[in-house]
Amino acid sequence: MSDANNTPLTLVVLVKHVPDVQFDRHISQDSLRLDRSESVLSELDEYAVEAALAIVEDNGGFAAGHQVIAATVGPSSSANSVRKALQMGASSGLHLNDDAIAGSDTVATSKALAALVSHVPNVDLVLTGMASTDAETSVIAAQLAERLGFAQLTHAQSVEFDAAQREVTIHREHGDQRLTLKAALPAVLSVTDQANNPRYPNFKGIMAAKKKSIEEVDLAAVGLSAAEVGTEGSTTSVLAADKRPSREAGTIITDSGEAGIALVDFLAEQKLI
Amino acid sequence: MSSALVFFSHVSTVPSKAQRELLTLASRFENPTVAIASVPGEEALKVFGSYGIATVLQAENPQASFGTHELSVLDAALQHTDADLVLLENDSFSRELGARIAVRRNAAIVTDVIDVSADLIATKDELAGGYSASVKSATGVLIATVKPNSIEDAPLDCQDSVEVKNLELAAPLVPAVSIVAADQKEASDRPALSEARIVVAGGRGVDGDFSAVEDLADALGAAIGASRAATDAGWISHDAQIGQTGVTVSPQLYISAGISGAIQQKAGMQTSKFIVAVNKDMDAPVFEIADLGIVGDLAKVLPQAAAEIRRRQA
Repeated sequence: MSDANNTPLTLVVLVKHVPDVQFDRHISQDSLRLDRSESVLSELDEYAVEAALAIVEDNGGFAAGHQVIAATVGPSSSANSVRKALQMGASSGLHLNDDAIAGSDTVATSKALAALVSHVPNVDLVLTGMASTDAETSVIAAQLAERLGFAQLTHAQSVEFDAAQREVTIHREHGDQRLTLKAALPAVLSVTDQANNPRYPNFKGIMAAKKKSIEEVDLAAVGLSAAEVGTEGSTTSVLAADKRPSREAGTIITDSGEAGIALVDFLAEQKLI
Repeated sequence: MSSALVFFSHVSTVPSKAQRELLTLASRFENPTVAIASVPGEEALKVFGSYGIATVLQAENPQASFGTHELSVLDAALQHTDADLVLLENDSFSRELGARIAVRRNAAIVTDVIDVSADLIATKDELAGGYSASVKSATGVLIATVKPNSIEDAPLDCQDSVEVKNLELAAPLVPAVSIVAADQKEASDRPALSEARIVVAGGRGVDGDFSAVEDLADALGAAIGASRAATDAGWISHDAQIGQTGVTVSPQLYISAGISGAIQQKAGMQTSKFIVAVNKDMDAPVFEIADLGIVGDLAKVLPQAAAEIRRRQA
């Protein structure tokens, strides 16, 4: 067995607190920012937490000294999504909470996240979901790889982790191809909802999470100034965000044997055929 | 006036519909230039010329490390052209390239763009199409990934000759990602789901049998989509999944068959121009957003519609 095999792994899972997609979501007309009340852990991040826990379990468990750190950037309420990850089984939490961060776009957010990841010594792997369920830009993982100088393995539909070789292999779709990709650690890994089935926190997990710590840090602690994030540190500027008129129900008919013809009549009327 | 750079990872014999939409958008700006991370054929160059593209920057792909070459080409092309508008496709790979370059060059990255005005204000979808936002670059350079079916394809009435230049690439700075295996997916004659003009999608209600969906799609020349329930059940490939974690579509016509229309599904299709829904359950949420709702059995309605279309077109 090589020495590398015995080195405990440090995995950082990025989690995001997002407005629940089951409710109506709003963009404030004053701030042009998303209303973040009624927020939950972004469902797609649960797959990243699960992937991290599976890597630890396949390599000797937490008893081997591995760490899964659930990290987030956001206001105080965001700690709830970290807590959910701790209940699933992450070992500790890390929360960058600073008023100056509000209004950050992807360029500024990835800057804050990269600084937060760098705050953790010797990170082997950063894991994220395939997208957040609010902004849905799906670009943060790539931006983190760029900023941290880590290998980029994104949109993984399956993950194989080789602790001895310190390599990650993934499968992903790419246009009309299915690819198998491999990179050496350290890496940024994003996983899709095809990668695994996230576990539900059980009673034991919920109780254990109460004893786990969430370290809260501000911008200064991760070496950033207020001007580097928020609106000032962003490269985009949002001018307006208008609610589209909601779609309305049109004609509803019940099939009595001729609905297929009615469907074609509708297509012809709308010049779709 | 701003100058535009269009970036393609690869172009087939001729550019795809989504690629032609990007060329159309670029042709509204000065100096529209195309950069390709491979070597395009004669026919593709001719198509570029018909959109007023004067210069094509190319660099053969050594296929050494996944994504690295494309990143180098986009970076070099941006430096070479000094463009203030960069247009990319909206797939996850292209978005990530644009986003990395935005970090590297302190540029703005805007995804899901549906239009860019002459003064470089991008219009984009937010919250799965529930909102429309106007966004500009705060630093001068705007990198936009443009949703298919947003721009009307309109080649210019010209056939200019295109100058092709080979890009000089610096040694890549990013850690390697090796391509261990590449398996070609089964080819299909149907249009690509993300850019199709018409989509017919099936869900739980098809109960394992997509033949009625396929029949209507064939009659309409449509792409086939599916709800997550149908792909999870293994009735159809995951590639067909429409919704928040699958493909987002914005076709002229979306025909939903046997799909209840839960929020995650709606997120993938509610910006369609026309929605027709067929479902046995009159309380299915999809009827709330359908222009035409048919309460009925898709196994009867779809084949009847397919036969009627063929009859009228005969």
